[in-house]
Amino acid sequence: MSKYDSVLNKYPIPDTIKVEIKEKLEELKVTKKVAGEVAERCYRAYLTNLMEPGEAAGIVAAQSIGEPGTQMTMRTFHYAGVAEIDVTLGLPRLIEILDVRKNPSTPLMTIRLTEEYAKDRNKAREVANRIEATYIVDIADVETDIRNLVIVVNLDEKALKRKQLTIDEIRKKIEKSLKTEVVEENGNLIVKSEPSYKVLMDLFDKLKKLVLAGIKEIRRVIIRKEDDEYILYTEGSNLKKVSKVKGVDFTRTITNNIYEIYEVLGIEAARNAVIEEAISTLEEQGLEVDIRHIMLVADTMTADGELKQIGRHGVAGEKQSILARAAFEMTVNNLLDAAVRGDRDRLSGITENIIVGQPIKLGTGDVELITRYTRTKK
Amino acid sequence: MSKVSLQNHILVPVHEVLKKDEGEELLKTLDIDKEQLPKIKVDDPVAKEIGAKIGDIVRIIRESPTAGKSVVYRLVV
Repeated sequence: MSKYDSVLNKYPIPDTIKVEIKEKLEELKVTKKVAGEVAERCYRAYLTNLMEPGEAAGIVAAQSIGEPGTQMTMRTFHYAGVAEIDVTLGLPRLIEILDVRKNPSTPLMTIRLTEEYAKDRNKAREVANRIEATYIVDIADVETDIRNLVIVVNLDEKALKRKQLTIDEIRKKIEKSLKTEVVEENGNLIVKSEPSYKVLMDLFDKLKKLVLAGIKEIRRVIIRKEDDEYILYTEGSNLKKVSKVKGVDFTRTITNNIYEIYEVLGIEAARNAVIEEAISTLEEQGLEVDIRHIMLVADTMTADGELKQIGRHGVAGEKQSILARAAFEMTVNNLLDAAVRGDRDRLSGITENIIVGQPIKLGTGDVELITRYTRTKK
Repeated sequence: MSKVSLQNHILVPVHEVLKKDEGEELLKTLDIDKEQLPKIKVDDPVAKEIGAKIGDIVRIIRESPTAGKSVVYRLVV
C-alpha cells in the first residue's frame, strides 16, 4: 500500500493508468500535495481522451478492422507452425470467427495437464492415449474371411503397447459395441458374424468406424514440451469430453472452436475467446489493430446473452429497421416480408435516415438544444 | 473427477449475483432501465453455477487488457 493510493483512488480512472502514474510518482518521490496535482492533471487529460458521446464508434471499428483485412491472404493458408498441425489463417479464419461457425475448418485444442501428469513424458502420453481416437485400423490389419464368414483382426503388438491397450480390452469393446461374439486365437481376434455376406460386410464397416479408445472428434494428439511442462495439441475439438478426462487441467484447456466455448463456458468466456482469436489472427498476419475495436465487436456479438454472428443471421439481420436490413443483404426479401407483415419503420437508426435523407443521430446530430426562455425585468 | 468451478477457467471472469438493493442502486446511478443492460441467459453455464434467476443482475469483473479491472453488468433473461 503506497501513500499515493489514497490520492489516486479519488479519481475514477482505469487501474492500468493508476498503476502507471503510481510507478512514476514513486520513482520521483514527490510529496502528497504534488501527487494530488499530478493526479488531477492526469484525470483531466484522461477525460479529454475519452470517446465523446455521439461518436460513431462502430463505424470506426468497422474501418479499423476492414482496412487491414484487405491486406490479408485470401487463400486458406496452412502452415507447419504449432506442432505440425494445420491451422486456418488469415481472412478465412477471421470470417470464421465473425460468422461464429459451429464447425471451424481446423478445430484445434490446447490441453494443459495437471501437475502430476505435466512433468513426465510417459504420463503425458497416457493422457494423450485417453484423448486420441483410436480405430481398429490404427492397431491392426483387418481382413474378411469370406469362406468362413468371419472378420480376422490381426493385432499389431507394437501399436498396442504404444496405445497402452490390451487384447482383452479390445475384444470386450468390440463385443459390446457390435453385439457379436469375438474370440481370441493365437494373437488374432476373430469376429464372428451371422452366415450372410451382407451382414458380414455391414459388420466390417461398423468395425472400421468403431472408436476403441479416446474421443471421436480428436483425430490426432501431439505432445510438446513448453518451458518445463508437457502440453497436448490436438487436431479436432471436444471441450466437454476432454475436460472430463483424468489428468487434464480443465481450467487451462482451450479450443479454437468459439461456439464450443460458448456452450461449455458461457457467454463471457465466448467474448474473451472472440477477442483472443481475432487479435491473434490479425497479429499473425502482421496487422496491428487496436484491441478496443475488436472488443466492441465482441461486445456486440454477445450483448443479447447468446453468441450472434455479424451478418445476415445475427447482428445485421436483427436490426429493427426494415430499410437498414434491406440495405444490407437480401433487399427484395426483406422489403417483401415487411410489406406482407405491414411493418413500420420508425426511422430511429442511422442507415434508414441516410436513405430517406434526414439528419442522423450521430455526433452533433444526436443532441437537441433546448433554450429556456425566462423574461427578466431589469 | 471432482467438480471444478467454471469460474476457475482462464477464459471465465468472476461472476456474482447482485443483491436486490445493490441492483436498484446501480440502475439509479446509471439512470437506465433493467432492459438496457446487456443480457446473460439463465441457462448460461456460469449463470447456472452461481444460481442466478431471471430478473437478477449479474456483476462481471473482467480482466481487461486496456483498463485492468473492468466491471460490467448483465441482466439475466
